[in-house]
Amino acid sequence: MHIPDGYLSPQTYVPLYGVSIVCWRIALKKIKKDLSAKHIPYLAMAAAFSFLVQMFNIPIPGGTTGHAVGAGIIALVLGPWTAVIAVSVVLIMQAFVFGDGGITAIGANCFNMAIVMPFVAYWTFNLLKGSSQNTVRVGAAAFFSGYAGLSVAAVSAAFMLGIQPVIAAGPDGTPLYAPYPLSIAIPAMAVEHLFLFSIVEGVMTIALLKYFLKNESTLIYAMNEASREKV
Amino acid sequence: MKRFEKKLWLGLFVLALLSPLGIILPEKFGAEGAWGEWGVGALEKMLGYVPEGLKKTADLWTAPIRNYNFGGEDAVLSTRIVSYIVSAFIGIALACIIVLIISRLLKHEK
Repeated sequence: MHIPDGYLSPQTYVPLYGVSIVCWRIALKKIKKDLSAKHIPYLAMAAAFSFLVQMFNIPIPGGTTGHAVGAGIIALVLGPWTAVIAVSVVLIMQAFVFGDGGITAIGANCFNMAIVMPFVAYWTFNLLKGSSQNTVRVGAAAFFSGYAGLSVAAVSAAFMLGIQPVIAAGPDGTPLYAPYPLSIAIPAMAVEHLFLFSIVEGVMTIALLKYFLKNESTLIYAMNEASREKV
Repeated sequence: MKRFEKKLWLGLFVLALLSPLGIILPEKFGAEGAWGEWGVGALEKMLGYVPEGLKKTADLWTAPIRNYNFGGEDAVLSTRIVSYIVSAFIGIALACIIVLIISRLLKHEK
C-alpha cells in the first residue's frame, strides 16, 4: 500500500500533504499533553513495531504480496493520535531510507496508513465493544478494528490510484500517472485485503490486545473510559 | 526498565530476526511485489508504455538502502536475508532516535 513516486498527480499528492501536515500538528499537540517519561519508550516501541510488522510480506501464491501495518493495535493501546505519529515516523523513514513509498506520496501514504487506519480501527473498536467488558465481545471488537482499519486504508489507497486516469490524462487520453481506473484498482486492492491481509491484521490485533490486557491492562487507552471521552 | 517493557523489546528483537520470512515466503510461493507498486520496467511490460508523468517523477529519490537490500537488484537470497535483518535493526534504531528527538522538541516547546 506504499504508493511510489510517480503514481499520483500533483493535484492529488499536494492536498494530501496538506491534510497530513494538519493532522500531524494536531497529533503533536495532543500527545504533548500526555507524553510523560513513561510513554516515550512506548511510542518508540510502537514505531519500531509497525516498521517490523510491515517487513513481513505475506504472499498470495502466484500473485501479489501485502502486509499488516499495526496501526490498529497501536491506536487501541496508546490512542489514535499517538498512532498517527508512530506510523507516520515509520512511513517517512521507509520513504527516505528504504525507498518504500514515494517522497511525493508521503502525505498520501500517511493519510491512508497513519491517519485513516488508526481512526477507523479505534472507532470500530469502540462501536463494537460499547461499554461491555465481556471477553468475547472485546476480542471480536479488537479483531474487526484491525480488519476494518487496514481494509479501509487499502480502499482509500486504491481510490487515490484509481482516480488518476480520470483527473490526469494526456491530450490523447493516455494516463499520465497511475494507469488503472477505479474499476480495476478498487477490486484488486479490496479483495486481497478483505480475504487475507486484513485477516492477518485482525488476528494480530486481537492477540496483542489480549497480551496487553493480561500484563499491563492499565496502559490500554481504549479500555480506559476517561481517555475515551477525549477523542 | 520494567520487566514488561523488557519483554516487549525482546519481542521486537525476535521480530527483527524473523523478518526475512517476509522475503523468503513470497519467493517460495512465487508472489511478486504489492499491487500498485511496480517499477518502471515492470509497468512497461504490463502496459506497453510508461505514463509520461510517472516516468518523470518515478526516480526522484535514490534511497540509500533501496528495498531493504544492500546487494543491488541481482543479489542472491542469502545477501538479501542479511540485508533484511540489518535493515530491521536500522529501522528499530531510527524509530527510537526520531521518537527521542520529537519528545525533546515537544518538551522544549513547553
